[in-house]
Amino acid sequence: MSGLLGIEDLDRGFIQSILDRAADFQVKDGGSTFQKLNTLQGKTLVNLFFEASTRTRTSFEIAAKRLGCDTISITASGSSVSKGESLVDTLATLAAMRPNAIVMRHAASGAPHFLQRHLNIPIVNAGDGLHEHPTQALLDARTILDRRRSLSGLRVAIIGDIAHSRVARSNIHLLSKFDAHVVLCGPAPLLPPELARLAPGVILTTDMREAIQRADVVMMLRVQLERITEAAFPAGEYFKFYGLRAEHLHLANPEVLVMHPGPINRGREISSEVADSKASMILNQVENGIAVRMAVLERILQQ
Amino acid sequence: MSRRLVIKNGRVMDPSSGFDAVADVAIEDEVIKQVGGDVDATGAEVIDATGLIVAPGFIDMHVHLREPGFEHSETIETGINAAAAGGFTTVCCMPNTNPVNDSAMVTNYIIEKARRLNSVTVYPIGAITKGSLGEELASIGSMKQAGIVAISDDGKPVMNARVMRRAMEYAKAFHIPVIQHCEDLHLSHGGDMHEGMESVRLGLRGIPACSEDVMVARDILLTEVTGARYHVAHLSTKNSVAMVAFAKAKGLPVTCEVTPHHFALADSDVLPYDSNYKMKPPLRSGPHVQGCIDGIVSGTVDALATDHAPHSGADKMQEFERCPFGILGLETAIPLSLHHLVHPGRISLMKMIALYTTGPAGVLRLDRGTLRVGAQADITIFSATQKWTYDVNKSKSKSRNSPFHGHEYVGGQATAIVAGRVVGSTLG
Repeated sequence: MSGLLGIEDLDRGFIQSILDRAADFQVKDGGSTFQKLNTLQGKTLVNLFFEASTRTRTSFEIAAKRLGCDTISITASGSSVSKGESLVDTLATLAAMRPNAIVMRHAASGAPHFLQRHLNIPIVNAGDGLHEHPTQALLDARTILDRRRSLSGLRVAIIGDIAHSRVARSNIHLLSKFDAHVVLCGPAPLLPPELARLAPGVILTTDMREAIQRADVVMMLRVQLERITEAAFPAGEYFKFYGLRAEHLHLANPEVLVMHPGPINRGREISSEVADSKASMILNQVENGIAVRMAVLERILQQ
Repeated sequence: MSRRLVIKNGRVMDPSSGFDAVADVAIEDEVIKQVGGDVDATGAEVIDATGLIVAPGFIDMHVHLREPGFEHSETIETGINAAAAGGFTTVCCMPNTNPVNDSAMVTNYIIEKARRLNSVTVYPIGAITKGSLGEELASIGSMKQAGIVAISDDGKPVMNARVMRRAMEYAKAFHIPVIQHCEDLHLSHGGDMHEGMESVRLGLRGIPACSEDVMVARDILLTEVTGARYHVAHLSTKNSVAMVAFAKAKGLPVTCEVTPHHFALADSDVLPYDSNYKMKPPLRSGPHVQGCIDGIVSGTVDALATDHAPHSGADKMQEFERCPFGILGLETAIPLSLHHLVHPGRISLMKMIALYTTGPAGVLRLDRGTLRVGAQADITIFSATQKWTYDVNKSKSKSRNSPFHGHEYVGGQATAIVAGRVVGSTLG
């Protein structure tokens, strides 16, 4: 029983097959919405979100339903979690109701990995703490590949709070596996030097202009004040040094793609002008989220 | 009639005298009567120690027995049974119980409870500050009268340098050392494992090596001001080793201990998100592990101590960042020391024994850790050659939190003898 816990341990072939399959599910020209299939009829999926999330939870739910899968979504507030039940007990209880897989998001890094060792049910990681968010990296790759023939050789700048970003970690692993050049950029306290050794082809800079220079893709990260437990950087001048503005785009490849995992903070890490520009892939990412999650759920629930 | 015990044919090794030969040891009425020479075993109980090492009783100067207050994890009884099974005849228990051992009343409770069990000797360590809150000094003098051998707020460092200075000055007058858990809480804030490549990879908040270093540095400077005896608990970084060596070279009364897990494992050995690898200080990176080993080899490290920290299954069966810090140590100390220090030739067997006997006895000025004729007959008999596999489910501890379950070792099974009486054994 294997689920999807992270990108780090996946091989390139597996990732490619998910990305290819996701393309089959994309809304084609002239289509109004995703195809309704019955591939997963009779299967049940539990979406268990211990952290607030609108887009990821909805995305998984729509993806499952488009494949004919029954889904139940549970958010932490109002569940047994608030009654002090341990995470293992909560999951074991849900597993005993025999769903075919559990999608989970949790604020603790490694929570799904820890649970997967104790439960015989596939777990799909929808974001664990600061660690990984594998379906985000997959949908980001799908989005880039909709505009570029290959990830190989692309220069991808990821800018923001790298230290506390699961989106960054998953993307670093995925992009590196496909031989992209990854430039990580952010305030120094949020950019531990060890990141350069996380995967091949990763370099670090605290200078945003240097990061964007010749970039094919600029991925902005949300400034997650809720994950920062201390004053690691002067928040008041964040936008001045690390906010993406129209003037930056001239430094990049003319065809640059601007991405953001959402939800965006206009005026904090990205200007409205850029977020709404032609270069912005933000809504394409959201749309691809469903196609990619359909591919992931199909793969996991059909085994 | 006097009660007599003779341990025959073992390799007797006593760092306090340098004695190292196959010999018999005779015990009479709780004290050592004779070592070597012609021992008459007539009428005595005999233990055949052929092929085994016979050493002074091992002392673990850093354990958590969890009683009073956390009996679901360990009790004084289960803790000392684990100690005996691991070959220890004396343990010193840290004060982070509930209530904290910050008064003579709690000290008396622990000592009385242990005495009635008539097994391993328990010397409590008292708190430095009331409730280990780091503010007001605890009743250090009264606890000393009741039997504590040192003070420490272990688990919680004394962050306030002025409080630490006053504690050192006060403790000096009562002739006991101050033991510090060195961790600048501002630097380690929210951390769950060593800050480095592995914490970055796993997305866990880091506990940087410098959080230990800055406090060791501060305290050494305070030692110079106060002249107090100062001991670094569970030292884990290469800079700490260097600073303790520097302090010793200056003639300051500074000592330190290293735990077996800090020389046996590095952060890269952590099974991702498995709380059996979570402790403070955290498992450090390779250069720090090497630094600790170098400190042991060079003699900078005075003692090996386990920091035995039992936690119940429910406490450890959680998300990594929610789990409490600490792992079992008493039953794996000798095998790990043999495996990582003695068998690879880093230190001699005699040196290893010293680190568990004369070493801690010297730090705490205990009249233990020797086979001198007339001394209390505390003896550890252990194998340095028999192969075995550690099974945590057979542990005498009430808890099961060890990363060493299923590991194979050569030697380490032991028999603990306290005052001439066998109190525990894992030797077949």
